[in-house]
Amino acid sequence: MHIVIIGNGISGISTARWVRKLSDHDITVISDETDYFFSRTALMYVYMGHMRFQDTQPYENWFWEKNRIKLMRDRVLSVDTERKALNMRDNETVSYDKLVLALGSAPNKFGWPGQDLDGVQGMYSAQDLEGMERHSVGLKHAVIVGGGLIGIEMAEMFHSRHIPVTFLVREQSYWNGVLAKEESEMVNRVIRKNGIDLRLSTELKEILPDENDKARVVITNKGEEIACQFVGLTAGVHPNIAFVKDGAIECQKGIMVDEYLATSVKDIYAVGDCAQMRNPLPGRRPIEAIWYTGRMMGETAAYNICDKPTSYNPGTWFNSAKFFDIEYHVYGFAPANLPETYETLYWEHPDGEKSIRLVWDRESGWIAGFQTMGVRYRHEVCERWIEDRAHIENVLMNLGLANFDPEFFDQYEKDVVAMYNKSTGRNLKLVEKRGLNSVVKFLKRAF
Amino acid sequence: MAQVDKSMSLANPHPHHMDWIQKVAAAIGGIGLLILFVAIFGVINNNYPLWLASALGLMTVGTLIYSWREYAGKPAGIKNNHVWFRSLTNIGLWGWIAGILITGFYILLYFFPGLFGYQAFSVNTSIPHGSDPAQITIRVENQQGQVYSTNTLSINDTIKTGDQFDEYKFTPSKIAHGSNRIIVGCKTGDDLYSFTYNKRTAEKIGDTNPCQIEQAELKSNSKLISLFDPLSMALKGKPASQWFLYGVLYTLAILVFGFKFILKYWHNRYQLVRTISVMFFQLGFAFLIPELLEGLNRDRPYFTLDMKNMWPLNAYFFQDWNLNGMLAGGKLGMFMLFLGIAMIFIISPLLTYFYGKRWYCSWVCGCGGLAETAGDPFRHLSDKSLKAWKIERWLIHVVLVLITIVTVAVLFSYFRNDPEGKLWINPTSFTMIVILLAGLVSSILYFNRKEILGNVSRKVYNGIHITMGVIAILSVIAWFTGSWNVFFIDSYQLRKWYGFLIGNIFSGVIGVGFYPLMGSRVWCRFGCPMAALLGLQQRFFSRFRITTNGGQCISCGNCSTYCEMGIDVRAYAQKGQNVVRASCVGCGICAAVCPRGVLRLENGSVDIKERTTDMRTIHITADEVGILS
Repeated sequence: MHIVIIGNGISGISTARWVRKLSDHDITVISDETDYFFSRTALMYVYMGHMRFQDTQPYENWFWEKNRIKLMRDRVLSVDTERKALNMRDNETVSYDKLVLALGSAPNKFGWPGQDLDGVQGMYSAQDLEGMERHSVGLKHAVIVGGGLIGIEMAEMFHSRHIPVTFLVREQSYWNGVLAKEESEMVNRVIRKNGIDLRLSTELKEILPDENDKARVVITNKGEEIACQFVGLTAGVHPNIAFVKDGAIECQKGIMVDEYLATSVKDIYAVGDCAQMRNPLPGRRPIEAIWYTGRMMGETAAYNICDKPTSYNPGTWFNSAKFFDIEYHVYGFAPANLPETYETLYWEHPDGEKSIRLVWDRESGWIAGFQTMGVRYRHEVCERWIEDRAHIENVLMNLGLANFDPEFFDQYEKDVVAMYNKSTGRNLKLVEKRGLNSVVKFLKRAF
Repeated sequence: MAQVDKSMSLANPHPHHMDWIQKVAAAIGGIGLLILFVAIFGVINNNYPLWLASALGLMTVGTLIYSWREYAGKPAGIKNNHVWFRSLTNIGLWGWIAGILITGFYILLYFFPGLFGYQAFSVNTSIPHGSDPAQITIRVENQQGQVYSTNTLSINDTIKTGDQFDEYKFTPSKIAHGSNRIIVGCKTGDDLYSFTYNKRTAEKIGDTNPCQIEQAELKSNSKLISLFDPLSMALKGKPASQWFLYGVLYTLAILVFGFKFILKYWHNRYQLVRTISVMFFQLGFAFLIPELLEGLNRDRPYFTLDMKNMWPLNAYFFQDWNLNGMLAGGKLGMFMLFLGIAMIFIISPLLTYFYGKRWYCSWVCGCGGLAETAGDPFRHLSDKSLKAWKIERWLIHVVLVLITIVTVAVLFSYFRNDPEGKLWINPTSFTMIVILLAGLVSSILYFNRKEILGNVSRKVYNGIHITMGVIAILSVIAWFTGSWNVFFIDSYQLRKWYGFLIGNIFSGVIGVGFYPLMGSRVWCRFGCPMAALLGLQQRFFSRFRITTNGGQCISCGNCSTYCEMGIDVRAYAQKGQNVVRASCVGCGICAAVCPRGVLRLENGSVDIKERTTDMRTIHITADEVGILS
């Protein structure tokens, strides 16, 4: 059987690897972006000089041949679902028995005047990185539009090259659709501390060209004019499904998939950023364009392709990011706007760059989520508590188990417990401190 | 991406902005270095303390100011911007220049110390076969007959019958002060002939000379080394040798670059504590204490006084001059002897069990200390490929086998040399000890074969058994035949070649000289037998591992890139598997540079047998599939 995977990002490659683990099928991975799989999230570090491009490739080049995964550098123009064949750029066709669409995302453009000028781009692909390099030559000022994770990464990239940046964020505070007020404000502070010209509640209205059709000036909705030679469009991404969306495969915003990641056409699957869940799991969005879900979808699809029906279950929500020097961890439910039925405890370090937030159900006391800034928390422990519906006071007394900071780092769990005691009049004592032995015992016990 | 150049930086290939203070600081440090450089040509002939203080002081001040401007007051965090853009740190032109300069320095230091102005007392002689002296002894005495210690080879070192030797070098103590005599003695049968030379004129006083000693002359240090004489005299009452010069510069490098490293990782207390530890051990244990102790024990022959320096990194611990030195060294000698043996068999296995080999390699060791401080800017240059890992495993374990063989051979000859037994050990009991130890290693291996064979190939497993067997059998044969040389190769030749190839070329010239080309841990990774030994302990009997934080890894590759030991950390992290690797020195940089908080250095006994399984992986497991389908 010939399994063809379009896209060599994390979801496509995860699919290929797991199909190989589970079967002896022929596997072909097609990509027009790069010869080899690389970590998309690491592109910023190439620009900043932390790594070379080849260092972002998780597997050595011999890996693919050894595992009989055929790599093809080409572009698929259309899918012929009747003949089970792909029409390629060079008028050739590639036939498949089962097809996996791992098409990824493309940066959003909202019809801004000037959005297609030279020097205006997003930051998603290896080609985008090359574009940033090209435009960075002699770059005096960059404007970034859109306050999400890619926007702040782009700001950090330019900052590393000492290129002044104006950062336009539509919201009143950075990423406040996801982060609660306190965390969001912490990130505002960090952005400004790094010398970025952060303009909140500001939107892009228009980009004006120079005589060579290159970006020259950005005009905001407040009428400000910002001279620049580069505009980064980082107002989110959308599924990159242009070449399939008008075909036989049912699409809405993304490619519609059921819980087995199968599309509306037999033997075709979709995974990663481009897949839209027909019935999203409770509390989850239909499209989740993040690394981890791509990896888990790839694995799930592989099981289904290899006739081991497995429904997609990414488990408890988790994510992480880094805002300049501040790491961010979230496990479970810690939304920007907390529903009435939930309670939260927010502790912040006096230096304003570390915080711990716990969220629990007001009525039952069940822990619902953890969110930390500048403090590392342990995935398995938080997940176990959330899935076991541990009581908030039980969690607090054992909170040290969750701490994943390096040795000799200060532990703040005591302060968190004290804060809880103060607001509730309780007298809880922190029992467990950071340490592997207790964690392993806890995890084994819970099993 | 093939068309993209390796840095991918088109816009800003030379982005490093040095401010004027840093430029001045670099100039200050440069002047300090220049003083030492011109001293090589003998242009400095007076005011040594002033010149040395100026040179070291300027270098220190320059580096400190430069580092301060580089890091102080910057936001706390990882400071790897532009690492791959700079020519010095991306194997560019400056990287090659630095590599060649450091390599050149080491070659001169090891093999041509005379160019730095080092002068040893030398005797040119040959032993006529007819005279057949039983031994030749060279000693330095003062007029009261008190014997002074020496630095390189023992003054009481003996040369066996029939040996040809051209030059016999050592650093006599206090030769330039007071009236000393140099005695070159030949022993023929029961008769001892001695010849005494006047210290200044090298005039021969005695006359009967069956050894045909042609020349013995004394010179004092000159050029660069003489700058270090006053400091050496102050510390231990002896003129400087090239090793003293090396020790001073080495310690200074760890201190000033340690300061730089501390500023760079100000936000990371693990790095801070660890760096202060290597600075402390280098300054105190490796430099000050041994030098001062040597000064206080001038009347005794020299032996190693670095309490943290253990066999097999310290290859000469079991060599005759060191053993003799310790045996003649009174309480201090006995202490060093027992500490040295306890370090090998008790202290280091225990500490490695509790904390992994990092307690030594990145907290205590001098080689590690230099790699972690001066070598830090080059840590990302280590090769991460599977091929490099294969080469590493072969090389480092071969070196461990070599040093084991050399040590057994040298010890065997040592005990043969003195059949009455030193330290209550004679050839017979030593043979038994060797058999016991070989048997112990083999049985540990055998009784843990299940676990070990799950991790190493049968070839390697059999190889260790065979090596142990061969060592034991050869020892028995040598004991029966009364041979001097347990492996039928002259043990002194063996020792000499090991010292030359591994001790000098590998650990020194390549080990440090190749920092800018192959990363900062070339020696630790490919050559150090201590790292090999601790690595085996860490791999099989330690609580230490690097844990992975569930499913948080984004495969970015920062951890692998900045692993100085060339471990592909990401390969483990993206699978959710603990990193349990023999080579990991526990520097903690992978955990520091990780942008997603995925890695943590941890010790735990509860799951010690399951450290390598990927039980914490966050993905669909076969069991879940079973339930669903």
